[in-house]
Amino acid sequence: MDFEDTKEEAEFRSAVKKWLDANAPAEKDEAGDFMGERGSKGWLAAQRAWQAKKAAAGYARITWPKEVGGYGGTPIQQVIFNQEEAKHNVGGNNPFAIGLGMCIPTLMAYGDKNAIKRYVKPALTGDEIWCQLFSEPAGGSDVAGLRTRAEKQGDEWVVNGQKIWTTGAQISDYGILLTRTDANVPKHKGLTMFYLSMKSPGVEVRPIKQASGASGFNEVFFTDVRIPDSQRLGEVGQGWQVALTTLMHERLAVGGGAGGALDVPQLMALARALELEDGPALKNASVRERIADWYVRSAGLKYTTYRTMTALSRGQQPGPEASIAKIVVAPKLQDLSAFAMELEGEAGALKGDDAPAHGAFQGGWMGAPGLRIAGGTDEILRNIIAERVLGLPQDVRVDKDIPFNKLPSGR
Amino acid sequence: MNFDFSDDQKLLKDQARKFLAEKCAPKVVRGVLEGAGGLDSNLWKAIAEMGWLGTAIPENYGGLGLGYLELCVIAEELGRVLAPVPFSSTVYLFAEGVLAAGSEEQKKRLLPDVASGALIGTFARAEGPGAVIAKNIRATFKGGKLSGKKTAVVDGMDADYAVVLARASDEPGERGLALALVDLKAAGVKRHAQDSIDPSRKHAEIIFENVSAEPLGKTGEGWSNANRVLDRAAILMAFEQVGGADACLVMAKDYAMNRYAFGRPIASFQAIKHKLADMYVNNELARSNAYYGAWALSTNARELPLAAAAARVAATQAFDYAAKENTQTHGGVGFTWEFDCHLYYKRSRELALALGAQRSWKEKLVTELELSNAA
Repeated sequence: MDFEDTKEEAEFRSAVKKWLDANAPAEKDEAGDFMGERGSKGWLAAQRAWQAKKAAAGYARITWPKEVGGYGGTPIQQVIFNQEEAKHNVGGNNPFAIGLGMCIPTLMAYGDKNAIKRYVKPALTGDEIWCQLFSEPAGGSDVAGLRTRAEKQGDEWVVNGQKIWTTGAQISDYGILLTRTDANVPKHKGLTMFYLSMKSPGVEVRPIKQASGASGFNEVFFTDVRIPDSQRLGEVGQGWQVALTTLMHERLAVGGGAGGALDVPQLMALARALELEDGPALKNASVRERIADWYVRSAGLKYTTYRTMTALSRGQQPGPEASIAKIVVAPKLQDLSAFAMELEGEAGALKGDDAPAHGAFQGGWMGAPGLRIAGGTDEILRNIIAERVLGLPQDVRVDKDIPFNKLPSGR
Repeated sequence: MNFDFSDDQKLLKDQARKFLAEKCAPKVVRGVLEGAGGLDSNLWKAIAEMGWLGTAIPENYGGLGLGYLELCVIAEELGRVLAPVPFSSTVYLFAEGVLAAGSEEQKKRLLPDVASGALIGTFARAEGPGAVIAKNIRATFKGGKLSGKKTAVVDGMDADYAVVLARASDEPGERGLALALVDLKAAGVKRHAQDSIDPSRKHAEIIFENVSAEPLGKTGEGWSNANRVLDRAAILMAFEQVGGADACLVMAKDYAMNRYAFGRPIASFQAIKHKLADMYVNNELARSNAYYGAWALSTNARELPLAAAAARVAATQAFDYAAKENTQTHGGVGFTWEFDCHLYYKRSRELALALGAQRSWKEKLVTELELSNAA
């Protein structure tokens, strides 16, 4: 048992390090600004320039075959690259992750040769950005309950409806779109997948103002949007199977660290600086007990990641333990932030630069509800662990054999 | 990254699991729980014959000299079946105490008997309710004579030898403490069984009246040696707890899959599914913390005290949750003597309190964090 790289891993890491030292851009230079607001011009320019450089070196997608512009590497090499890249403050939260992680793999599985030839490379080099158009106001956790209609007219499909929570829609060139093409059959059987240009007439992107005040997501409206039948992915009515391919790729993303930016060290730093009725907050028994509780969860996750990496390093499929991260991180962020605000006392109600620690904990607390919902709610994730890891039965599906248009909608 | 047990260690674990499934069915645990006597001596002999008692004891002291990672996988399997034998007292505490603080002569004299199963040992700290605090230790060890009273000594009735924390000089607090090594058959030792929440591991009160004993390590180092031993034992115990927590999850799942209510298996209700998912998450966090402890133990890492405290806290939380919610998942039958839920419920609490309560370990954990931040 140790934490060392194998000889091959060490060689790869050293090559990556060397390349990054020579090529990774500064946080801000003439090419762009990684620290700028997400989606802004300068930020996007910085991301695109860096993505192009990585693609040219084969590092844009380590596990993809060389023929499609990848590195032909292993999952552990992707993890190593991510770890080293993270040290340069340039890679995180990039706008290509959804396209390369989910949309393009789906296109490669279901698209024709010409489409693959046309779209894979520009996505890899950062010239074109993709988004994923699945969630709807009436289909969140129950994605298959979506209502956006696609009707066949000649060689085209006409799409009407609305998507929501679409990350990056405002900067995307293309999207993969899950639609309902038959409302007379049970919900999973009436879906069909397409890809389309986000510049198509009738597509309108509107930012959502979140509870936190920020706008990281969008609503996308479709009014008589015409999509050629040649842009269909999979058979008509097979959309759910295609969507599962997309979502399966989502699960393969293995990050470097799982702790997040706000964790026990930040809480301890705060507690060291503040005083309570009985002295320094860090000496208070109730504060120490909470710190210990959160530490064992953070450490447990960190070492769980090490176990996952070990499996990858040995060329094995990681165990199901990799699925616990978000269900631990998100509620911890919420509780830890709220507790820190309590240590701050009445000043805990302030935010931004008026607040202690530049409002870090207020920011964490305000963002946590979103984190507990996005990418699978706490409840859905528990269902997934119960069903896929523990093998418990699925929920009774009262909508299973009923045509979609006969389902109660609650409104 | 190589943060997992080796294939050989996993093989050893599989063998241990098969062996214990055969030799330590629930009726064996119940035999001890319901009986007036102490350990299950058949099981103890069988375990000794497997060589497990000497897993981490070096070969020159009669052990197998395999190492601590091997001991960890065995501990997990013992925990899974609630083995009613004084393994933890003898191996994690007594043998570790001798290894940590004993002289060469003491190691040569005592450890071969531990490895062969001829010597059962234990470790006596507490003298009454409340946390074990250096300044409150009243037992004395002066001029080779031990006097005082120890309570809730796990396996205290079966043990042949004990390591006893006692006051050896007039120096205050920790500096005046020493570890005494005492033969429990010596004149002046009185002991009687105490009722406990988990009678599958018997507890005892032991009274020493001017008993001849020998020092284990130096006077003044008793407290620090005791803590070193406790840290090491906490990691091994964490594996027992992880094994027990895993067993609870399997029991709860099996029952929920086969128990029908409202026309369907109760395992299809989210109230049950989410509970079991939480059990799984806690168990995995505990397992990962325990693995880190195993690494620290096997390499004698500087991080060992922090790793031990984290492993201890996470494993205690996981086993506590799994044991109580396993009982809850079973509903009414979970509260009957006939079903095995109570065996795990009792053992989870017993292990949570042996070696000191979670609260003490959390305090230790944060102290270690402060030290590592200062470094």
